[in-house]
Amino acid sequence: MRGPLGRRHLLALLPVLAFLLLGSGFWRMLHGLHNGQFDPHAVMTPQLGKDVPSFPALAGIPLSGTPTVQGAGTGIDTGIDAAALQGQTGPVLVNFMASWCIPCVAEMSQLKAISQVLPVWGIAYKDRVPRVAAFVRRNGQPYARLATDPDGRAAVEWGVTGVPESFLVMPGGQILWHGTSALDEATFRREILPLLMQARKEGRW
Amino acid sequence: MKNFRSSALLSFFLLALLAGLPCWPVAPIALAVTEPQELLADPRLESEAERIGAQLRCLVCQNESIEESEAPLARDLRRAVREQLREGRSEKQIMAWMQARYGDFIRLTPPFSRLTALLWATPLLALMGGLFLARRFWTRPAEPPTLDPLAEQGDDD
Repeated sequence: MRGPLGRRHLLALLPVLAFLLLGSGFWRMLHGLHNGQFDPHAVMTPQLGKDVPSFPALAGIPLSGTPTVQGAGTGIDTGIDAAALQGQTGPVLVNFMASWCIPCVAEMSQLKAISQVLPVWGIAYKDRVPRVAAFVRRNGQPYARLATDPDGRAAVEWGVTGVPESFLVMPGGQILWHGTSALDEATFRREILPLLMQARKEGRW
Repeated sequence: MKNFRSSALLSFFLLALLAGLPCWPVAPIALAVTEPQELLADPRLESEAERIGAQLRCLVCQNESIEESEAPLARDLRRAVREQLREGRSEKQIMAWMQARYGDFIRLTPPFSRLTALLWATPLLALMGGLFLARRFWTRPAEPPTLDPLAEQGDDD
């Protein structure tokens, strides 16, 4: 005990300091979570801001469910490849789905709403063409294009871990947003719409 | 006595630290491979593939490696690892390929970054905390406090 700041006083201050340090750390984390500065999920979406990956060209799925001659598609069954995505004049929502996926049924109404604003391109993950066609006929048809990824190779290139997952792709092929759950109106308004507005302001489409 | 105690304590801690060093994060693997055609013909390459796969997280189950997981995605990633090994790509290249698609999260051993600094520092912090506490417990005050109530009153009779 020497003077007002003896060793024991300093020792007594240690827990207080530790607590302050911890508290400020947590506060910064929560604050960052709130304003989007800190995103712990960012380690799972390395594609953001990058260009669409080079994935194998995917054959289109006609609504009738019977595949046409490869490359003969003109509408929904045109097929999907990286070049087609990059060549679009406006943003595209790429939606990985499957007929065996229950949340995919739930997000159909939202996809239909989105398809009024921008084209939605569907990629059927590990599924059979007739089943996908029947699924789309049954649950409403939001897709401008629909293609099949029968062995999931394209999904691996995109970093998809399950269905449904969606990507917002800008003209030129930049990925602006990646969602790993079924789309609903709240997600669209909170996450996708501001990005579209921003891109519009910047004159990107 | 005190010196002996603390040096014994310190050597104990150092020994514990040394003993822990060989525990590299490679757990024995229970293979989830069900089809023999999934395996590479070359046993050397196959064991290399299993070693790489053991470091990759299955993103469906999230707490198994792709070698242990039965998820279809894990099977796809196992196949990707083996295809790339057959093309002669190195472990480093394959890990980078996986990270580019699935992010840092796919690595079961997280890379050192601003986010994971505290995580990596935890063993050291715990050791320091333990040493601090041990010192507090093992060093006794040199003069034990007297418990004789008469001794404190001075002798006035």
